Amino acid sequence: MSGDPTNRKLTTAQAIHEALDLAMDRDPTVLLLGEDVDDPSGGGVFHISEGLSTKHGEHRVRSTPIAEQAIVGAAIGAAIGGFRPVAELMFMDFFAVAMDQISNHAAKLRYMSGGQTGVPITIRTAAGAGMQFGAQHSEMLESWVTHIPGLKVVVASNPADAKGLLMSAIFDDDPVVTIEPTLNYWVSGPVPEGEYTVPIGKANVARAGSDVTVITYGREVSFALQAAEQVAAEGISAEVIDLRSLVPMDEEAILGSVGRTKRAVIAHQAVRRGGLGAEISCLINEHFFGELQSPVVRVAGPNVPIPYAAELESMFVVDANDIAEGIRRAAK
Amino acid sequence: MTAVASGGRVGDGSVAMLRQMIRIRRFEERCVELYSRGDIRGFLHLAIGEEACAVGVTEALDTDDAVVATYREHGHALARGLSMGAVMAELEGKVEGCSRGRGGSMHLFDAPTRFYGGNAIVAGGLPLAVGLALADRMNGRERVTACFFGDGAVAEGEFHECLNLASLWHLPVLFCCENNLYAMGTALRLTESETDLSLKAASYRIPSWEVDGMDVRAVREAAARAVEAIRSGGGPHFLEMRTYRFRAHSMYDPDRYRQKDEIESWKQHDPIPTLSEALLAEGVLTAADLVSMEEAVDAEVDDAVSFAESGTIEPVEDLERFVTTPAPADADGGRRS
Repeated sequence: MSGDPTNRKLTTAQAIHEALDLAMDRDPTVLLLGEDVDDPSGGGVFHISEGLSTKHGEHRVRSTPIAEQAIVGAAIGAAIGGFRPVAELMFMDFFAVAMDQISNHAAKLRYMSGGQTGVPITIRTAAGAGMQFGAQHSEMLESWVTHIPGLKVVVASNPADAKGLLMSAIFDDDPVVTIEPTLNYWVSGPVPEGEYTVPIGKANVARAGSDVTVITYGREVSFALQAAEQVAAEGISAEVIDLRSLVPMDEEAILGSVGRTKRAVIAHQAVRRGGLGAEISCLINEHFFGELQSPVVRVAGPNVPIPYAAELESMFVVDANDIAEGIRRAAK
Repeated sequence: MTAVASGGRVGDGSVAMLRQMIRIRRFEERCVELYSRGDIRGFLHLAIGEEACAVGVTEALDTDDAVVATYREHGHALARGLSMGAVMAELEGKVEGCSRGRGGSMHLFDAPTRFYGGNAIVAGGLPLAVGLALADRMNGRERVTACFFGDGAVAEGEFHECLNLASLWHLPVLFCCENNLYAMGTALRLTESETDLSLKAASYRIPSWEVDGMDVRAVREAAARAVEAIRSGGGPHFLEMRTYRFRAHSMYDPDRYRQKDEIESWKQHDPIPTLSEALLAEGVLTAADLVSMEEAVDAEVDDAVSFAESGTIEPVEDLERFVTTPAPADADGGRRS
């Protein structure tokens, strides 16, 4: 990551806003498309684009009908036509509505055309449970998009990465899905001023350790760091890898760490079955079968739709205690 | 006939349109043979009977307008100016194909002619067309994006999302509905609660009209009127072209849902003899001209097949090429010549 070290603190929402603003300053082909994104309609449900249409114009910050296929498809067409659109799908659950354009068009056009066009779009979306938004506004569905060749997928765990990854996504020549953990919008952290990028495809060692590797991303990174603190008091040294980029995935970082610790925990909020944890676990086993000191542990959501009731929802969400327990199992 | 043979126009351009329709017809007929031999595989959807739609609309466009088509798009690609050899090579899965053999029959693509693809998702091209038109509008260019789709697409959600958005944003899209009366094997009256499709567009406040899709001159006239209106700031327009496919939906379709006499009665309106007979009667064309035109087209088809057959298979090491951004070695953008 370049950019000046800073003590300036922003929320993740402010950091994302700043990235959008800087990208629009730098490049007139950057457009925003989404529901309620312009100022007259509220600047987005989480107010992330608030002020941008006033500054950059409503022709560049375009509020759309509630029509997710048209939002993503218009972004794809405009991208083929020379723009770098950023489409906002309010919640990741709504990918279900837009999936034809995401999967059949954005992801495949470069390949199907024999390399004649790229689709440089960014799809921003809020995801994750913990706000009692219920079953249709809460899911982490990263497995849906990591399964599709042609898409890149990033998830930031902190405000500085959220800004840097979004800058990378916008100026990447491929379609990039940026999954934004909803609860992180209100989390503050240091964010460098000005333009910088966090490269897509590079993980971050959020905490160094020697006994167990915890591989995670998004909101679970902060829980994993808390869990590492908990187990440190018990004499277990946990390394926490923040993937930041799910596709392409920094396999070198994962394998380098697990090659040393021989013990791995994968933590994600999405449901366990078919989740990204299974993929990462398989990767580890392909490389270290017979060398591991304990079976790979997955700490993931139960295979249920996300409930509204607070007590049930909190049971669904993977938290620091769940991850600490996973680390203890791996360390046995 | 030298002017015609070299691709030029005679008179009002009708001779050129006749030639284009014959090119498409003969190309498609040859595809049937190649499919039977196994040289073309996968799905194959023929436009025999529907040639006037592709040709009439394309004739009304400028070279820097854009075209988005469907999986029944060989005709649109040929009319748009893709070489017959590049299209045939694509159907045979060769690197010399317009999509390097990555696409196949349903995914012809050619950026230089702004032909943005066949599309195997019914109504999947409409959102792309809206986006392409948005890009042109934001760049202040007076370009039009012509988007082809069938009557089946009208039942899809994407159709409605896109007509609504194009109308709201006043985008320069020409929506070209090729109504051949069947959504695959199901008749229009069984797939649409309102079978007057232009009413659908009108309900989005998009000027729309019907045209005889078997009459290429009528199609071109209607399309030209729409294109002119779009270019002068009139927003999206919608053409419903009433047409008919003489063959089944695809090579896999036994075509049991249509009566023989219905097919025969539509063949009485075959767009090619309809135009050639008119041109003969008008004295624009002689019988000898027609024969030499057909011979020239047959030679072109032969050449296209030879070109495809002598084409190369992409090395299997390139399987993963073009999934994402080209590496520096791919800086030619994928066009191998």
